[in-house]
Amino acid sequence: MDLSNINPALLVAALMVASVPILLAAIGEMVVEKAGVLNLGVEGMMIMGAVCGFAVALTTGSPVIGFVGAAVGGMVLSLVFALLTQVFLTNQVATGLALTLFGLGLSALIGQGYQGLKPPPTVKLDLGPLGDIPFLGQAIFNHDWIVYFSLAITVAVWAFLKFSRAGLVLRAVGENHDAAHALGYKVALIRTAAIAFGGACAGMGGAYISLVRVPQWVDGMTAGAGWIALAIVVFGSWRPGYVLLGAYLFGGVTVLQLNLQVAGLAIPVEYLSMSPYVITIAVLVAISATRRGTSLAAPGSLGRIFHASR
Amino acid sequence: MLRLEKRPNPSRFWAIMSPVAAVIATMIVGGIMFWLLGKDPLESIRTIFWDPLFHPQFASYSRPQLLVKAAPLILIAVGLALGFRAGIWNIGAEGQYIMGAVIGGGMGLAFYPLDAWWIFPLMVICGGLGGMMWAMIPAILKARFNTNEILVSLLLVYVAQNILAAMSLGLLRNPDGRGFPGSRNFKDFPAAHNDFLIPSAGVHWGVIFAVLAVIVAWFVMRYHVYGFRVRLLGESPRAARFAGVKPGKMIVLSFLVSGGLAGFAGLFEVTGPGGQITESFNSGYGFTAIIVAFLGRLNPVGILLGGLLLGLTYIGGELAQLMLGLPGAAIQAFQGMLLFFLLAADLLTNYRIRGRS
Amino acid sequence: MNLKSLLSGLAVASVMATGAMAEATKAGFIYVGPVGDFGWSYEHNQGRLAVEEALGDKVETTFVESVPEGADAERVMTQMALGGADIIFTTSFGYMDPTINVAKKFPNVKFEHATGYKRADNVSTYGARFYEGRAVIGHIAGKMTETNKIGYIASFPIPEVIRGINSAYLHAKKVNPDVEMKIVWVFTWFDPAKEADAAQALIDQGVDVLMQHTDSTAPMGKAEEAGILAFGQASDMTAFGPNAHLTSIIDDWGPYYVQRVKAVMDGTWSSTDTWDGIAPGMVAFADMSDKIPADVQAEAMQMIEDIKSGAYHPFTGPINKQDGSVYLADGEVGSDFDGDNALVGMSFYVEGIEGDIPN
Repeated sequence: MDLSNINPALLVAALMVASVPILLAAIGEMVVEKAGVLNLGVEGMMIMGAVCGFAVALTTGSPVIGFVGAAVGGMVLSLVFALLTQVFLTNQVATGLALTLFGLGLSALIGQGYQGLKPPPTVKLDLGPLGDIPFLGQAIFNHDWIVYFSLAITVAVWAFLKFSRAGLVLRAVGENHDAAHALGYKVALIRTAAIAFGGACAGMGGAYISLVRVPQWVDGMTAGAGWIALAIVVFGSWRPGYVLLGAYLFGGVTVLQLNLQVAGLAIPVEYLSMSPYVITIAVLVAISATRRGTSLAAPGSLGRIFHASR
Repeated sequence: MLRLEKRPNPSRFWAIMSPVAAVIATMIVGGIMFWLLGKDPLESIRTIFWDPLFHPQFASYSRPQLLVKAAPLILIAVGLALGFRAGIWNIGAEGQYIMGAVIGGGMGLAFYPLDAWWIFPLMVICGGLGGMMWAMIPAILKARFNTNEILVSLLLVYVAQNILAAMSLGLLRNPDGRGFPGSRNFKDFPAAHNDFLIPSAGVHWGVIFAVLAVIVAWFVMRYHVYGFRVRLLGESPRAARFAGVKPGKMIVLSFLVSGGLAGFAGLFEVTGPGGQITESFNSGYGFTAIIVAFLGRLNPVGILLGGLLLGLTYIGGELAQLMLGLPGAAIQAFQGMLLFFLLAADLLTNYRIRGRS
Repeated sequence: MNLKSLLSGLAVASVMATGAMAEATKAGFIYVGPVGDFGWSYEHNQGRLAVEEALGDKVETTFVESVPEGADAERVMTQMALGGADIIFTTSFGYMDPTINVAKKFPNVKFEHATGYKRADNVSTYGARFYEGRAVIGHIAGKMTETNKIGYIASFPIPEVIRGINSAYLHAKKVNPDVEMKIVWVFTWFDPAKEADAAQALIDQGVDVLMQHTDSTAPMGKAEEAGILAFGQASDMTAFGPNAHLTSIIDDWGPYYVQRVKAVMDGTWSSTDTWDGIAPGMVAFADMSDKIPADVQAEAMQMIEDIKSGAYHPFTGPINKQDGSVYLADGEVGSDFDGDNALVGMSFYVEGIEGDIPN
């Protein structure tokens, strides 16, 4: 076994890339859950984003427009969820699952003409002298624009929730929708906006997989990333900074176990490949064990159906 | 402007009619989708819903297959619904299904080639225990540490899949299998084989257990104090607490039941229709069962019907792929739509639409 | 013979001819993955299209994709048989037991099971000697690697995959004694994201030639991005790695499929076990990239010819197992089916490969 082969800078770079889809989807879902809605359809929105982004990028020749298309695709699907849960007052868990099923099927249908094709490439940004810094250069300053965008969105969401009035209103709606309604805030509208944002982010996360990471369109290519994103939101206690950490932790373990395999580590492969999930569970338990009594800062109205009675 | 007014009591008319309305709506919108794909909508709908039951060439085969396909879904969904009613979300039934098959199946294979009457019952018990054990993990973590059970049970699905891959290549691998992954085929091991009891009707032990589960669950929900507690917990957690319902205990019980049933389903599937423990024998039943649970509106009898309906869409969907060249993805989208309409139609059961006066 | 009898004779003949043509042979295909995977199932579907092209009106094909192994497969096969299929191709190892079960119920329907080993009077098995292809690319890789590290993305530790690894390694080592093979097991046949990550991990650790036994084009894409070289799998992957692509091993099922359907039409079909390689055309290669130096290309083409003619067998001794014991003596050729070390059940690494086979 030769661990010296593992280059820490490259490891960090790889984990940042691997974590992007999950981070984007998780940040979007976090906003949705902060508004009090549990949308389990993240997987469906991600894959819709993947196929729409791919199709748009291929047709227009520009990956950037592709990402916009992905955001729109994810958003449109999430609006179906919004319609059902906010207007038709359906159960959120079931609707989210139906969304995933529908999204998987619809994306496969849309993607039928796009198999085996190559999308326009996304290049890594050249940050000049920053890229030459010994360790950090390779690790952090050598990525494509979406990696930095995902970080920027995380910071923006944090600032929005912490400092802006709109963020405060969103949080209020999530904590106690009856009180918010009594204060005159349009709960359903605010939640719909949050759901749309979540859909757009998940869509972009999915597009990252089909436009940059693979890059190709294949049925079901998100392979469960949406579920991981959901876990990361809880894992991160609905706080943007921790969500970022969670996404990087998961991405990091995934990448590390592959590198350990290559380096010849003697742990059986099956255990290595389970490790990201087991570690996530362990951290979830650790977090919840150290906060007994409070329910992990979950928004008070999370998952409950809101119906204005007046 | 329309507004919604909550009904004091759910409308009985709509409780029965809303699934019907949903199915009809799905057929219409689904038909449009098929038409956009270039297939005759009427023929497609007929192939999916009518042919498996009545087509002269296929139906005698596909009718019993309906039971085969629906049985594990119903079995798992009944257990899940008991939890969902109480607001306890076991999303990891797929993992419990896998573990039931691995542990129960493995126990049986350990006795190969012994021929004894007690091997199969032992396997069934171990299958249930395997599922229960796997479900215990999220249950205990929730009860003791308040860890979110949705996520733990879900992540454990991935862990279970890895364990399955490891087992089918390692401990459970067929020694006569020329190095290929997968266990011995249970058809070669009569004492452990879940053969059809009534082949022409597709009835195997899993089907019987599914029907039993529906009956027992219906009884419990209606008349037993556990059923009362489940409903109370689901509708008003605070009232439940005042009534002395211990949430921790309910969570553990609920996961035990749903995990056990999922484990049974896994065992029956692998020793019967599936025949073998392979590295990826699980085909998402744990997740589809969640849809069946909601299709059946969390009610055992409804789940029986819902399971049969969804099974029909699977089998009809395969026929449609075969005979009409309809893409498999269209069926998946169709099923998602069915659930959408069902959930939406439920609105009419609980709310009345009024114009503003 | 007068005109009347001639015309009536022609009329009768044409009626008989149309009568004969009206009875088209029905061929069914069952795929374990989506046709759009651009790998395993894609190539089987290409085989089906080849059958349609070669036999035109005389054949009618249907297919069902993404059929899970187990009870669902058994049901789909049964429905195909009930629907009048004359021959059914089941294209995944995991369909083995369902195939045998359904074959019992429909003795008049012929079944062709890919990569399996159970046969019956109406069940044939077929597979491709991919290790022959791996030998050739191993040779090229050994010659072209500069870091002496070759990466291999492996799916499941089954004999076929292990055969491929051994074959590639042996031939790389022959031309380059310092070469090292780094293997990653991804435990999936098809998961583009996982394969991309595996490729990245290998690249980050210094690999400069990449091989895969998984089905997506993700590793090729990563190789292209990183500027290293790679070999494609199952289909021609040049489009996904214009600079990285050296050649691909192509699964060409067309000729075999056409042959078997024709046999059903002619009534000459019988249960066989076919394990074809380069010679019958089942294992083919994409055009070799210009990046491969002329002399290496010539050597590779020569090896292909030698394997084709039978002059050379990729598993020819002296070869030792990883633990040092003898696998093949000098000049001995690996046996397909006989003995514990038979190729068909190969479950050990050859000497020089580091690491353990999972489980």
